[in-house]
Amino acid sequence: MLEENIKLELEKKFSYLKDKIIIQRPRRIFVEALQDNLFEVIDYLVKDMGFLAISALTGMDEGESFGVIYHLNREGSILLNLRIHIPKNNPKLKTVTGYFLEADAYERELVDLLGIKVEGLAPGHRYPLPDNWPEGEFPLRKDWKESNHA
Amino acid sequence: MHNSGDVQVPFGPQHPALKEPESFLLTLRGEKITASSVRIGYNHRGIEKACEERTYIQDLYLIERICGICSHSHSTAFVQAVEEIAGLVVPKRASYIRTLIGELERVHSHLLWLGVAGHEIGFDTLLMYTWRDREVVMDVLSLITGNRVNYGINTIGGVRRDVTKEQIDETLKAVDLLEERTKYYIQIGTKETTIIKRLSGVGILSPKDAVKLGAVGPTARASGIKRDVRKDDPYAAYAELDFEVITDDKCDVYGRTIVRLKELMQSYNLIRQILKQLPEGPITVKAPRKIPAGEAVSRYEAPRGEDLHYVRANGTDKPDRVKVRPPTLANVQAVSKMLEDRYLADMPIVVAAIDPCFSCTDRLILIKDAKSKNNKVIPWEVLHIQSIEWYKGKGVDFSGLNKKLAAKF
Repeated sequence: MLEENIKLELEKKFSYLKDKIIIQRPRRIFVEALQDNLFEVIDYLVKDMGFLAISALTGMDEGESFGVIYHLNREGSILLNLRIHIPKNNPKLKTVTGYFLEADAYERELVDLLGIKVEGLAPGHRYPLPDNWPEGEFPLRKDWKESNHA
Repeated sequence: MHNSGDVQVPFGPQHPALKEPESFLLTLRGEKITASSVRIGYNHRGIEKACEERTYIQDLYLIERICGICSHSHSTAFVQAVEEIAGLVVPKRASYIRTLIGELERVHSHLLWLGVAGHEIGFDTLLMYTWRDREVVMDVLSLITGNRVNYGINTIGGVRRDVTKEQIDETLKAVDLLEERTKYYIQIGTKETTIIKRLSGVGILSPKDAVKLGAVGPTARASGIKRDVRKDDPYAAYAELDFEVITDDKCDVYGRTIVRLKELMQSYNLIRQILKQLPEGPITVKAPRKIPAGEAVSRYEAPRGEDLHYVRANGTDKPDRVKVRPPTLANVQAVSKMLEDRYLADMPIVVAAIDPCFSCTDRLILIKDAKSKNNKVIPWEVLHIQSIEWYKGKGVDFSGLNKKLAAKF
């Protein structure tokens, strides 16, 4: 099975990924990694395993931390969901636009909606909130309630 | 204006050539675009946040309203993710009905696009013809689901309405008619010199750039990238149906037109297969109100390309997180590339050729009182009253008419 091979190959290459890879169903792999290891894993996935495109980036408020999932796909078929957790008190990421140009808008969503700083993002318009959106308001954080602002 | 002779021109967010709000800043040298940047987000409605505050069933209807064209795409993508987390096996008949509506939706969307494309190049007869024909498929959708848009056919665990023998007969008749019409459009598309000349070489996206910029759907397929979620990651009934993934190697707006036209023919074929093979049986399984903790990523080939939904459940009746990545967000990033070194006059058709849907992409309209600068959100009711007063100020008063209408119904 292709998914099984991907799992074995990743575990062989990165011993810290042992027990961190779950094949949820055909064509769906979930991988948990540490933020420090993110780029070496992505680099390998892109250059050696053919995960050339990013389908989406999901950011979420997990209480004490933020979870960020990089949904990478291979030839449109297998979707590898690479998850990291970043501390909430200093949420910082490095951009992956060096690998995936299309990640630009997805990363801007993390900046606007969760208040995660993305280092290395090219200058450009914000997305998706309006230009006059008040500073320090991040609607996708769990403590942000619409009723507090109406 | 700079010394180099470059001129920067803002294009949008409100512009006669654009169907939805989006804003481009174009740098022109003479008539040629040398650089462009795009600002989107004008339609952001905070749907992802709203989903966290509502139950799964409420979310289903909210999500269906992300878009008025590919509403079924969003509701199916969402419901598939929820069903995967809950471990529900959808009855076969329900999967087929979902697929049927999905393909009918593709037909209406592609016909709509063809009309818009015709309009953008000054070929309004094509707009009138295709939109007239599109009514045929809209009638079928309305016959089967009860609605022209936002069909409300999906529910967690299956579909809400079965199809009857009469509906099947009507659908088959409509498909025959639409097939004839589409053959005619293919003939126009491939023979009519003005179309070929106007669209060829416009909005080039090389296969390499299509992959690099993450293009999806007909935009990618017209650059020779054979990628279609229906084949690559089959869902609903697609694994049991026979169809071809249409690609083209022209890499321009003309290629995108051909791909969509040929995809229409594939859709007719798929609809016939679905109706012929439609399995008997129930159309829904009982779904729990509370969805067990878990997560799933669901993908759907919407008319504009891959639609991705991520749902995370926490064991309650409300999701912890719903993430939507609609196809236009993947494709809009390729537009700047397509506009490079093209003429300003090509801008509308190049933008239209990705078949953009910014409602999908932006998903909180926040209206602020700019005059008072107090950064307070204006509630909907106040806005409504303000609009009535504004019209009254202009001498237009609808209140009498509203009362008359209310008395009549």
